Order: sequence, then C-alpha cells, then structure tokens
Amino acid sequence: MEWETVIGLEIHVQLRTQSKIFSGSSIAFGAAPNIQASAVDLGLPGVLPVVNQAVYPKAIAFGLGIGADISLVSAFDRKNYFYPDLPKGYQITQMDKPIVLGGSVEIPLDDGSVKTIQITRAHLEEDAGKSLHEEFIDSTGIDLNRAGTPLLEIVSEPDMRSAKEVVSYARYIHQLVTYLGVSDGNMAEGSLRCDANVSLRPVGSSELGTRTETKNVNSFRFLERAINFEVVRQKEVLESGGRVEQETRLYDPDRDETRPMRSKETAMDYRYFPEPDLLPIVIDEAFIAEVKKNMPELPREKAERFQSDYELSNVDAKVLASEPMLADYFETVAATCSDPKLAANWVRVELLGRLNKDSIETSDIPVSSEQFGLLLLRINDQTISGKIAKDVLDALWKTEADSVDDYIDANNLKQVSDSGALEPLIDKIIADNPKQVEQYREGKTKVLGFFVGQVMKETSGKANPKQVNELVRKKLS
Amino acid sequence: MQYDSIAQQLDNLIRGTYSSVELTRHYLDRIKQHAQLNCYISVLEESALEAAQQADQARAAGNAGPLTGVPIAHKDIFCTQGVKTTAGSQMLYNYDAPFDATVVSRLATAGAVTIGKTNMDEFAMGSSNETSYYGAVLNPWDTTRVPGGSSGGSAAAVAAGLCSAATGTDTGGSIRQPAAHCGITGIKPTYGRISRWGMIAFASSLDQAGPMTRTAEDAALLLGVMAGEDPLDSTCLAADVPNYVESLNKPLDGLKIGICEDFFAEGLEAGSEQVIRESLRVFEDLGATISSVRLPHIEYSIPAYYVIAPAEASANLSRYDGVRFGYRCKEPTDLADLFKRSRSEGFGDEVKRRIMVGAFTLSTGYYDAYYRQAQQIRRLIKDDFQAAFAEVDILLGPTAPQPAFSLGEKTGDQVAMYLQDIYTIAGNLAGLPAMSIPAGFSSDLPVGLQLIGNYLDEASILAAAHQFQQRTDWHQRVPASMAAEN
Repeated sequence: MEWETVIGLEIHVQLRTQSKIFSGSSIAFGAAPNIQASAVDLGLPGVLPVVNQAVYPKAIAFGLGIGADISLVSAFDRKNYFYPDLPKGYQITQMDKPIVLGGSVEIPLDDGSVKTIQITRAHLEEDAGKSLHEEFIDSTGIDLNRAGTPLLEIVSEPDMRSAKEVVSYARYIHQLVTYLGVSDGNMAEGSLRCDANVSLRPVGSSELGTRTETKNVNSFRFLERAINFEVVRQKEVLESGGRVEQETRLYDPDRDETRPMRSKETAMDYRYFPEPDLLPIVIDEAFIAEVKKNMPELPREKAERFQSDYELSNVDAKVLASEPMLADYFETVAATCSDPKLAANWVRVELLGRLNKDSIETSDIPVSSEQFGLLLLRINDQTISGKIAKDVLDALWKTEADSVDDYIDANNLKQVSDSGALEPLIDKIIADNPKQVEQYREGKTKVLGFFVGQVMKETSGKANPKQVNELVRKKLS
Repeated sequence: MQYDSIAQQLDNLIRGTYSSVELTRHYLDRIKQHAQLNCYISVLEESALEAAQQADQARAAGNAGPLTGVPIAHKDIFCTQGVKTTAGSQMLYNYDAPFDATVVSRLATAGAVTIGKTNMDEFAMGSSNETSYYGAVLNPWDTTRVPGGSSGGSAAAVAAGLCSAATGTDTGGSIRQPAAHCGITGIKPTYGRISRWGMIAFASSLDQAGPMTRTAEDAALLLGVMAGEDPLDSTCLAADVPNYVESLNKPLDGLKIGICEDFFAEGLEAGSEQVIRESLRVFEDLGATISSVRLPHIEYSIPAYYVIAPAEASANLSRYDGVRFGYRCKEPTDLADLFKRSRSEGFGDEVKRRIMVGAFTLSTGYYDAYYRQAQQIRRLIKDDFQAAFAEVDILLGPTAPQPAFSLGEKTGDQVAMYLQDIYTIAGNLAGLPAMSIPAGFSSDLPVGLQLIGNYLDEASILAAAHQFQQRTDWHQRVPASMAAEN
C-alpha cells in the first residue's frame, strides 16, 4: 500500500527578553545552576506570578508576521502535572484563549515552488527547569534557571507531507522569529525546540491516522532524521498489520531512533483551568499598531513589493522574499547589477541551487551580495558571457577568489568582442569546414550553431556569443 | 489593658501610660498563662520585645507611625522572613520563608509589633480549627467549643486578650465565622483590596486577607494600612484606599439596609435569629431604613464553592511535593514514591479530601459538569448581589447558622461542617466586602452579625458597624474566665 505522511509541528521559541515571563530573574544563558531562580521561580509558598510586559510585543509581532489574528483578550491557564523540574506542579500556559490565532506562512521547497502552511495558534507559556541526570551518581540534580523562561509555542496544522517540508517550515519560522527580534534563534542554547506529530494514512484517504509526538528536537538535522525514522517505523508497524500507538516519543541522536517516553497507560490528564493569579491579557488596537510600526518589512509585504517594483513573477517574488536574509541578498544583487530580473533568476537558480547542494545556510553564503551583483553586471556590460560567469561564481564559491574583476583579469576571461581579433579565426574555421559551409548554404541554418560553437571552443568561451553569431552569419551569406 | 482597643492603646502609648515593651510583655505573659487555648503556633518573644523597644524609641524620637508599638499576631498563613510559616500543616513544619508577605511588611512599616503566628485550620481548609496539625484551638468563651475557622487562632487570641489584633484570611468565611464565634470584629474586604503576595494560597480567586479586631474602628485603622495596590500581585486592585477611620461617623441617616431573607430560612438557630432581628432596631434608631431583598441563587453558593475552591486548591497545593522544601518522606524508593508518600504523609485528611475533589472536578469529561457550571453559578450570584445593590446600600444577615459548636461535634460530618459557611461563602464568590461584628448572645455564646457592602465600599459597612458599636456594648463583652483577670 502507498502511504501518505502527515506532519504537524509544535515549535517552542524562547522569547528575547531580559527577564523571565513571571519574575524578574535573568534568562541569560550559562549561569551556574539555580543562580537565576527566585522565590517565584522556585514556586515557594505565597509567591505570585506577574507577567513581564515585554512578552506581549514579541508575540504580537510574530502574529502579525504570519498574518494571524491577535486576540484582543487572551488568558493564561494552568496545566497540571508533577515533575521535579516543574516547581509549582503546574505550568502557566494559554489553552482556551491564545494570544495569536490562525495565520500562515509560504515556505520555499527544494523544487523551487512555494507551499502554504497554515498555523493554528501561537501561545505564551513558561518553560520548565532542567533535570540533570549525568552529573550525579544515584541521584538527579535540578536546575531551575530555565524555569519561567518565556516561550511562544507555535502550533501548525498537519499540513506537511515530508521531513524535508518540515525542515523548510522550521527554518522559515526560525528565520522569521530571528528577523523580527522575537527570539535570538540560538538553537544550540535551546531557543527553538520542536515537537513533531507524525502519522501515516493510505494515499487518497482523508482521515488522519494515529499520530505519535516526538518531543524536544532542537536541531533541523535531528528533526529530519527523527521524522524519517518515525515514518519508516510507522510504515513497518502498519504494513505488518499492527496499530500505531498514540504516544509521546523521544529522539535519541546517538542511536538515530525514536523511543517511547510515556506509555498510553500513563497518558496525562493535564486538568487545565484558568489561572486565577493572573488577569486576562487585554490588548488594544493602538498597541498592535505601535508594534506594527516598529516591525521590519514582512515576507508577504516584501513579495508584493518585489512583484510591483521589480516586475518579478509571483513565485520568484515569494521564494526570494521568504527568507529575510535571502531577500536582503537579492536586493543588493539587483541594485548592484541594475537588472532585477537577471538578479532574481541567478539568485533562485544559481545561488539557491548551490546552497541546497552544499547544505549551506543563508547566513553563511560564501560570496558577498556585492560581488554577486558585480558578476551579473559584468554579464550585462558584456565583459563576460553567462557561461564564464558561472565559472567565476564557482571560483568565488570555493573562495578561490574574492573579487570578480580581479579573477576575470587574472585568468584572462574577458570576452573577446573585438572583430579584428575574431574575424581571422572565423575565416579559418569556415575554410577548414567546407562541408558545413555547403550545408548552410543549402538552407540548413542550424549549422550556424556549429560555427559559433567552434569559435567559442577556440576562444575558451571568451568570445562574445552575440557578436560571433553576427560575424559568422555575415561571412557565410 | 489587654482588652483596650488599638485606638485606646495608641492613646495610652502616646500619653506614656504604658510603653510598647510593657504592653508586649503583658500579652506575652498572657499567652503563656492561656497556652491551653492553643492560639499560637509560634510565639516570637525575643523579636517582639526587640521590636517593642524599637517602637518605644521611635515614638520617643517623634517617628511614630499609625500603629507604632501595637502588638499584633499574624495568622500562620502569612509568610514571615526568618520565622517558621506552617499554614497549620505538617507539610511546612520546618519552613522558614525567605520573604515577608505584603500584609506583614505593611503592618511592620506602620510600626506594629509582631508577637506571634496564630493557629489555623490546615491550609485554611476548615470551619473549626480542628484540621490544624498543631492541634485544635479552644474557644475562650467556652473551652469545650471550637473557635470557628479557619482563622480560629487569630479570633481566639483577640477574644482572649492575647494580642491587640490579628490578621486573618477568608476564602469562604474564615475571618467572619471565627470572629462571630469568638465575639470579635472581622472584615474581609473586596477581593483584590489587600495583596495576596506572601499569603499561602488556598483558592486564589477567593482568598482575601483582613484584620480581626475588638472594634470596627480598629478594623478601619488596620485595613487602611493593609489595603492598596501591590506590584507583586496582579489581582490586587489599583483603586485608591480611602481613609476608613475618617468616614466611620458618617451619619447612617437614610442608609438603605437590605435583609437577605434567604439567610433566615431553615437552618438558622432561633437564638441567633433573634439576635439579628433585634439588631435591626439599633440601625433603625440610627436612621437607616430596612427592606427585604432576595438573592435567588444563594442556595447554590455552597455547591459552587466546593467545586471552585478545591479545584484551585488542587493546583495550588501541587508545589508541596517534597522536592524543594517542607516535609519529605523518609527514604523514597523512586520519584513517584517521593511524591506520593511526601504528600500522603505531609497533608491531613481534609486537605487530601479537597485536593482529590478538586482534581476530579477538573479532569477530562467532568470539567464542564462541575468546574464550568460552578463558574456560571458564580456569575449568577454576582448578578444577584448587583441587583440587590441597585436597591439597597448594604446587606445584613447572620454570619453563621448557630454559635460555636462543641469540639468534635462535626468532625465526622463533612457536609454539616461545610454548612457552617452557608452565609459567608456568597461574599467570597462575588468578591464583595463583608464583615462580622458581635451583636448579642445565644445560650451565653456570642452571635455575629454580618454586613455585606458593594465593591470597594468597605467604608459603608465599617461606618455602620462602628455606629452600631457606639450604641451597643456586645463588642466590649469578654469571656467570664478572662474578665476575672486584669
């Protein structure tokens, strides 16, 4: 049977604030255990949470960034469960009335197209502390520095169909929250963690299969591997006539597998109810407008501008605008070469192709946008041909060169547009190939390409193809 | 001097009739003398005398605050830095809070001397003070009877002359009912009037602190100090705190008092009913007009309360897990064992009962039937009160269905115990200010009169209570066994 993979993602993004969501403790990374844990963070008797107002503009900026509704009234709830690193015995989160509802993003796929992923909601919550199992013998340490760190949990619809799509989506969200200043996006420090809900169903079925939730994956690579493992595992279960258990699993990167974390028997009932220690969050339109005013241009706004200002196609515009860094890169290239369409084409095909092939992040592009733009300018001013330009780009990519012009000069790559230099060569080629000349004169004009090709070969591609074309045509007629 | 009101004591301290050290030592002596009442969990002899000495010095230096040198007791639910705070539970038998509750710090800043921490029902869950891990408190009027609860230690300490005043908390009647049973004055202000920071939570949306005193005037004085916005409590109201003492003598002429007829239904002891009905004449003499009002949904207040309060408590008490502080079971075999045994052994039966009820009503499949429905009833009760306050200024009724009952009388019957709060719970559900004042006796036991005001209008019930006390001497009566002493 053919199976369709269905994946929804929950992304926990750590908000870029100075202090915790319900206390004044610092959230700076790397402090000694429990140094950044106040009475509130420890859940001592008699303490009360007070919301750090800095979290609201962050959540709202994200909501506006994905075209979501911002709830004018949202509220906190308690999620109850016992765990040693959860000091109060409940987590303060938003269940019934999240601050961000709906929205969507358009993610670029490897084949150059874009796909819309619907977002269900995004809500504010506090992080738990950490249990330290490795540092102690026969006991567990608890570090509550992380307890109370502000998080935005972003919940997608089950719109993704492969691990690759999930990674594209997660990367998109990562870029967006970093670009908007919602999060520092530092994956190594746990600023972005994913829970993947994976299920399979027969192709053509509209019902969802039983899903598993793989929790707390904190790198894109592990995310892809965890999902791929889970897809294969579920497929084997289903094809051997078994049933997928609805359960929570953990990905173990050392063994590259997912394992059950909690069994169904101990399935949690979190007994959510409204947090009585906090008032509802009331936000007015003016506050939203203020947040919007201070936001950089959003991907969807950029895409519209790219279409109107640069006359790019819809898909070109969406792909280039999807990632803020890529969009900035493209705009510098376009400005440098003064040819947005050429820039769009080269960035999408040549740049993205190379990034994809070499698994390089947009933040680590080895060629500066200025040099990339200059390269395209050299095509347009006929210094080099498009074909040579690709070679130059390869050299720059491998960091064998850092200046387009220097590399062209040093390797003598300038296009030969001097008819005085080309004409003797063309005359010689015509003389050496009488058979082809005859064919041409008999009306087989396709042979023209043969002559042009010969000229290009003799000049190592440096001849200006357009000029060669004209000269050959003239001499043969 | 032990039965002087705070107003009188301040006068004496100012005139130098006695010093704060003398007053404090006097109370400390009496606490020892009446230790069998078991009003206190902790007596802070050393630090109280030290604070009293500082108070005397401050007064001599002309730096006296509104309460300088007045010895007060705190219910052991308020966190006090460096002093054990137990909430009446074994769970916190060894717990030293690292900070002061806002109530504690405000009263200390005003100059009050903290003399001790009073006994209470465990985590404020009880109406008789019999659920305390530290033993029952005896009612000074009749030591075979309960003082009421949960602020039973505070009420008995004020009634027995073991402090000038005490703090209490009221989630379903825990200030007013013991005040009634012990013949003292107690006010639960509007929900949010007083910060809950440092007040160990029972049911967060219902808990409210308040003063327990000998007179309405003292209550006004203490409430003025305790009330007001606190950045540490988001539910604490930003509203201005009026000068309650100044408005005590505002004439009651034309005050419209509503009688909650629903409070005089079946279940109210005849002697208590008579006391309340007779008190109406005093108010009429003071110029108030009396009319009847109905609160149609009041009968649902107990069931709604016993869903909402345990639900919130079940979460609020989750932090007592034996991990970071408080009671921990011996030699836990694993994590689950640590949680289960620490909580099973550390909590008393009533607390465990309410945690289980609360967890049940919040669980999947029952939430709508219990918790959501209870919240809807709460809304209806609020609406009932608002309809009543469209017609009258304050409401009047009994505080409790009967005077103090005997120790052990209701411990085996939870429902009978829960019905003790039948007249007080609605005030918590609606979040309204409400107080109890002594209004007479039934079978030689004090009977409390309850006054309920509109939101943030503590001033009206305090003024009515104060002027009632100017015309009556019920609040000056003291238990016979105590009156024999000086």
